[in-house]
Amino acid sequence: MNNRSASIAVAISVDHPLVKPVSTSGGGFYVTAFALLIVMGWAFIAWLTQYIRGLGVSGLDRPVYWGVYITNFVFFVGISHAGTLISAILRVTGSEWRRPITRAAEAITVFALMVGPINVFFDLGRPDRVLNMFLHGQLKSPLMWDVICISTYLVSSLVYLYLPLIPDIAELRDTGIRPRWFYRLLSLNWRGTEKQKHILEKMIRVMAIAIIPIAVSVHTVVSWVFAMTIQPMWHSTIFGPYFVVGAIFSGIASIIIAMAILRKVYHLEDYLKPIHFNNLGILLLVMTCLWVYFTFAEYLTTFYGGEPAHMAVFYSKLTGEFAPMFWSMGILCFIIPFVILAVGRFRTITGTVIASISVNIGMWLERYTIVVPSLSNPRLPISEITYYPSWVEISITAGCFAGLTFFYVMFSKIFPIISIWELKEGGVDVAAGEVISSAATSGKKRMQ
Amino acid sequence: MTRWGMVIDLDRCSGCQACVVACRQENNIPVVGREQAAMGRAIFWMQIIEEREGGHNEGRTRYLPRPCMHCDNPPCVKVCPVGATYRNPEGLVGQIYARCIGCRYCTAACPYTARYFNWYEPSWEPPREKSLNPDVYVRPKGVVEKCSFCVHRIRKAQRKAKDENREIEDGEVIPACAETCPSKAIHFGDLDDPDSEVSKLAGSRRAFRLEEFLGTDPKVIYLREGEWSE
Repeated sequence: MNNRSASIAVAISVDHPLVKPVSTSGGGFYVTAFALLIVMGWAFIAWLTQYIRGLGVSGLDRPVYWGVYITNFVFFVGISHAGTLISAILRVTGSEWRRPITRAAEAITVFALMVGPINVFFDLGRPDRVLNMFLHGQLKSPLMWDVICISTYLVSSLVYLYLPLIPDIAELRDTGIRPRWFYRLLSLNWRGTEKQKHILEKMIRVMAIAIIPIAVSVHTVVSWVFAMTIQPMWHSTIFGPYFVVGAIFSGIASIIIAMAILRKVYHLEDYLKPIHFNNLGILLLVMTCLWVYFTFAEYLTTFYGGEPAHMAVFYSKLTGEFAPMFWSMGILCFIIPFVILAVGRFRTITGTVIASISVNIGMWLERYTIVVPSLSNPRLPISEITYYPSWVEISITAGCFAGLTFFYVMFSKIFPIISIWELKEGGVDVAAGEVISSAATSGKKRMQ
Repeated sequence: MTRWGMVIDLDRCSGCQACVVACRQENNIPVVGREQAAMGRAIFWMQIIEEREGGHNEGRTRYLPRPCMHCDNPPCVKVCPVGATYRNPEGLVGQIYARCIGCRYCTAACPYTARYFNWYEPSWEPPREKSLNPDVYVRPKGVVEKCSFCVHRIRKAQRKAKDENREIEDGEVIPACAETCPSKAIHFGDLDDPDSEVSKLAGSRRAFRLEEFLGTDPKVIYLREGEWSE
């Protein structure tokens, strides 16, 4: 035992549970990756059809000019708040229990940010002219604000994902995992010297603070795409914070789902523990309450004011065409997660995962019932049209979910999904696979 | 400076749709077919909006021809990310088809639903495609379009006046809808000229504008219907 520990102190074994997903791939991985690629391929065929024939192959119409694509855009950008914001807040506040979950969270951010905005591209009538956004960009358009904020967020979350990866990449390089040149290149000659550590930790600290306002700005400007117009139930000052809350809400839910899958598939039970699901579950509970508060405030204000154009949208959601979606949203985003998460006994891994799945379905419906009903009830009485998404939109949506999963799986096969060096910093003897300090259970205890 | 505007007298409008047909001919508006029209994809730069009041037999229907309002404070222009729609010094809200990326933000932002999208490549019934108006661009698929106040007719009249070395006269520019209207309900002219017909009509006690409270400052002015005697 002693011998083993001594030799492993240099480099971690390739069979270690934190490295094994990177060093070896079983049949399960290939089947999953292949299945996801098929869905993505199908989505590509759907998009090609749309590109060649025109947006007419979607179910969109007048007045419902925006539908599932824009819903997906808002939804995935919301998911992207998972990582970076949560991990940054936990880092800044020095919460010790964050250590095994930060990277899994940050990776969601990066890939959701790649999948989300591409939906705006799918929504363009002339994707061939997308470069006009740069040639003729108009800063007065909220859509340009999105381009600026989202690209800033994407770049900074890539940096924020990469910085804490460097020591782990060096670890993989030293372990001799192939392709060696790849890890050697990305490790930036990391030797783990005091000076290097000092620089790295300082950079991570700066990024963690900088990324919080960037993340908040992103979902604020996404909401402003709607709120800056004068359309009924879009033109609302509450939309910025309302969307940010919804984004963090669905973001936390996504982390919980991803963590549960990683834990099961990669056998990370020693690292992703019930306490993490419990703590994230409490955060999710707080966001559930905040979300329902914002929703209530928004709808009560509209109802009390009683302006006819707004009331048309209001009633189409509460009692009309969109009522099934609207009330499902209420049940999925509030009732189910609240009941599960408020009771300590239910805040288990299974419990939080059920609540999270419920929240994510509910939040997609929330985005839909914000985008579509306002457009379905224009101020002037024109012929009533019901919007149904076409096979193309459904295929592309499926492709987006598959794409996000695919990139995430690939990431976890190339880099350790749990930050090894940060666990070590937290006092976990990673090589021995034993938790010596109680870093994973309590931050306070460690500080004593 | 000229500020083009339109006055529509609802007391004269019979809802006959002649303006709609004339506009379609004049502006090369594609025919989308019955199936697409049922999906809400028909294009009408000028559309008659109907509002029924009362029951089926005793009720009455109001008609309101709706071109683009050419707002002085246009919500569509603000949101366009590429400047494909703009308000020119004459107050016309124009559309650059060759620049439009088809994001449909303007269509979503317009409170009058006056903007339309080309869901497919445009098409016409066989004989019609040979008789398109050469003065008006044919729009490709994937771009937004809307009423232009027959800007090609405005330019033609301006060129003619310039050639003849004179100012453009009131009533010299007549959009296709106004030219066709059998009851002469549609008037067009310069709102900045106090002596123009539209300026005088716009000062009528019957004058109102659509969704005026939104602050869009539309340049289409409606004249309310008079008393109705059965």
